[in-house]
Order: sequence, then C-alpha cells, then structure tokens
Amino acid sequence: MIGILDYGMGNVGSVESMINFLGYHKTQIINSPKELDSVNKIVLPGVGSFDNAMGNITQLGWLQPLHHHVIEKHKPILGICLGMQLLMEKSEEGNRLGLGFIKGECKKFKFRDSKLKIPHMGWNEVKPIKKDLCEEDSRFYFVHSYYVECKNKEDVMLETDYGIKFTSGVSKNNIFGVQFHPEKSHKYGMKLMEKFINL
Amino acid sequence: MLQPRIMPCLLLKDGSLVKTVKFKNPSYVGDAVNAIKIFNEKEVDELILIDISKKKIPFDVLRKITRECFMPLCYGGNIKTIQDIKSLFQLGVEKVVVNTLLFTNPKLVKQAVKLFGSQSIVASVDVKTNFWGQYKIYQHAQNKITNLDPVKYVQQLEHLGIGEIFLYSVNKDGTWEGMDLKLIDIIAGSTSLPVVSCGGVGTTQDITNSISYGSSGVAIGSMCVYSKKDMGVLIKFPSRQQIKTIISSNENM
Repeated sequence: MIGILDYGMGNVGSVESMINFLGYHKTQIINSPKELDSVNKIVLPGVGSFDNAMGNITQLGWLQPLHHHVIEKHKPILGICLGMQLLMEKSEEGNRLGLGFIKGECKKFKFRDSKLKIPHMGWNEVKPIKKDLCEEDSRFYFVHSYYVECKNKEDVMLETDYGIKFTSGVSKNNIFGVQFHPEKSHKYGMKLMEKFINL
Repeated sequence: MLQPRIMPCLLLKDGSLVKTVKFKNPSYVGDAVNAIKIFNEKEVDELILIDISKKKIPFDVLRKITRECFMPLCYGGNIKTIQDIKSLFQLGVEKVVVNTLLFTNPKLVKQAVKLFGSQSIVASVDVKTNFWGQYKIYQHAQNKITNLDPVKYVQQLEHLGIGEIFLYSVNKDGTWEGMDLKLIDIIAGSTSLPVVSCGGVGTTQDITNSISYGSSGVAIGSMCVYSKKDMGVLIKFPSRQQIKTIISSNENM
C-alpha cells in the first residue's frame, strides 16, 4: 500500500490518479499520522511555502511518526517538489526546520541574467547522476523558486541546468526526492513513479 | 535549459468546451474530458482551462478532468475565496489564474501568494485597444475597457507577488491572424515575470514569432480545436517534432 500524505498542502489528487492509471490500485490518501502504520511506501507531495508546510506537519503531529517510519522502519519515501525540500534540514524560504532526513538546505535562485525568470517553471531536462529512479536523460515539469543543495555529494540523484547546475533529485537509502512533478510529466513521470512503486 | 512552453488554452462553458472570437460568441466545441484525453495522448506539456460561465467553479467537471490530466493544469474562472484555491489544488490543479479578483480583492490574491507560493498564482491580463488604438486593460466581468495601462498594471501585479502573467490579446482572440507581437514585446520587456501569451495563433510560425518577442510560453486556442479557420472541430496539437522545430528555429535567431 502506498500512502500519499495529505497535510493540507498537497496536490494529492494527481499523484493518486497517476499511480492508479499505471494499474496499481493500492493507494491510500492518509490524513492522520496513525495511518502510516498501514502503508509500506510514502509519497510526500507539496505545493506552497516551506514554513507553512512544516507548520502543518508539526501541528498535525506528523514529525515523530514520519521519523519513525522513514528512519527507523526504512519505509521508502518520495518527496515531490516542496515535499523534496522538506526532506532537507532547512530553507532560505522560512525559519522552520525541515525534516532533516537528508543533509543540506534549500536556497533561492538568484540570477543576474534577467532572461532567467523565477520561478523556474516549465519542462526541463534531467540528467541522472545515480540511476535509482530515472535511468536516462528525461524531461520533467518544474515549478519552483528554491532549489536543494546537498551537504553530501553522494545524495545527489539527478541534476538539471537552469542558470546553474542544481540538484533536481536526491536519494539516500530509502529516501528519495524530486524537485519536479512526475505526476504532471506524462510518460517520463509514469516511468519514474513505476520505478518507485516497484522498489 | 528551460524550453518555451506551448499549451492549449481551452474554454469551458456550462461543462462543455467552447471557443470565442474576440471574447464573444462562444460556440460549442465538444466534451471537455474527451478533449483532455486526446491532449494527454499527444503528450501536451501543459494545459490552461478557463471557465467563462460566470457562475460557480465547475468542481464536478474538474474532478473528471484532473483524473485524466497527467500534465500541468492551470484553471481560471469564478475563483472568489482562499478555500476555492485550496479546493482546486487538492483536486490536482497545478496553478490558478485570477483576473476579476485582482480588481475586486487584491488583498486576497496577496494572501493566496503567501499561502500557496507565487509560482501557483497566475494573473490573467486581458488587453484590448481603445478608440485611440492605445493598449488598455480589459475587464471582462464588466465588459469594459478600463483606463489602466498594461505595463503599469503588470508592475503592480509583480508587487502583489504573482508568479506569472497570462497575456491575452482580446483583439486577436479567435482570429488566426497572428499574435500581437508589439504587445508581447512591451509586456515581456517590462517585467521579470514569465509571460505566456495568448490570442491570434494560426500557424506554428506565429508561435515561433511570439517566443522571439519574449514570450516564455504560448497558448493556442482555435488552432487546437478547429481543423482550420471557419472549419469543423478537430482536437489537435503540434507534434513533439514540430515543437522541436519551433524551439530550435528560435535558438538560431
């Protein structure tokens, strides 16, 4: 069973639709931390701002249960977009601490070249550094103003070029994150989701 | 690097797909969910859906659409509250387009930007030329040309924290006669926000031109729902290969 976390910030519907479209009718949208017990994989979606999301996660009591299931029970987790940023320790976007599953922080894009608009929005190329979830150069849909910078290079899974080369995917053991939206990246997204489902 | 985005812009009225000419005379095109399925198969990279019914947000139709839509979906029409926006995101809508709300309740838009992030809030900027041929902001809710200058207006929106400008040329809507490149040039040149332009596309060359004048994205209306000007309904979209040509001819400019 794949649990899609609904903590009031997410795009839970489209993630669920894609997994079901792929033929895996084993999704559950989970609204309370207790429900984590009944799933063996977790998807952490997210739309919005870092502090708002971490505020919700903290207030709704997800912090400790997430830590338990991801760090102690090693359940695979996939953070999507803001969900990936929440896996990090902190962000320039806010003051709250992140989940801290992966060492590093989120920084805001800053460009002198005004041709490079912020947010980075649209389809861009993704290069696999590690082939965990994506084996070849692909195209994915991005919408974000902040990017992840890993403390440890070995946690970088995917890379994308937008003014700078930035980390568009992270992985560390059972923990995965992608900055783009696989659920909105038709065939490329389906490939990636299928890999996560079959881990 | 980031590629220019090319997307269908579909209009919804009372649950069905329609198409207008110069924002008037909506004519029936077909079933929305069916059209989305076709665009999905064509691997369309993004889709804009605007409800022009001036009623309530058609959540039932949108629910069916988001289940079939594995591409970014941007919705606009009759958005009035923060809860509306929240509900849309929960359905699987990626971005919302606001227009009337920018006039009636800019504070709420600012609040939405703070809550959901600027990248998810798009401002629709409808521009029409007035009697003297000057570009002015058009307010569709009241069907009137305001006295607002589009450049100044877009700068205000930038202050509000909006993430993207959806620039719609009312004069060119549904005409197939090419985009208003002068307008695109002026607006894209005066803002750091991404500008998606709409209105007037009749050929793939029009898309190429629009990008070379500064559009980050181009939305297509009539050309993706009709076979030709004044001809029958045909849901279509440039192929991946055609899009590659459009993009690469810009890179060579």
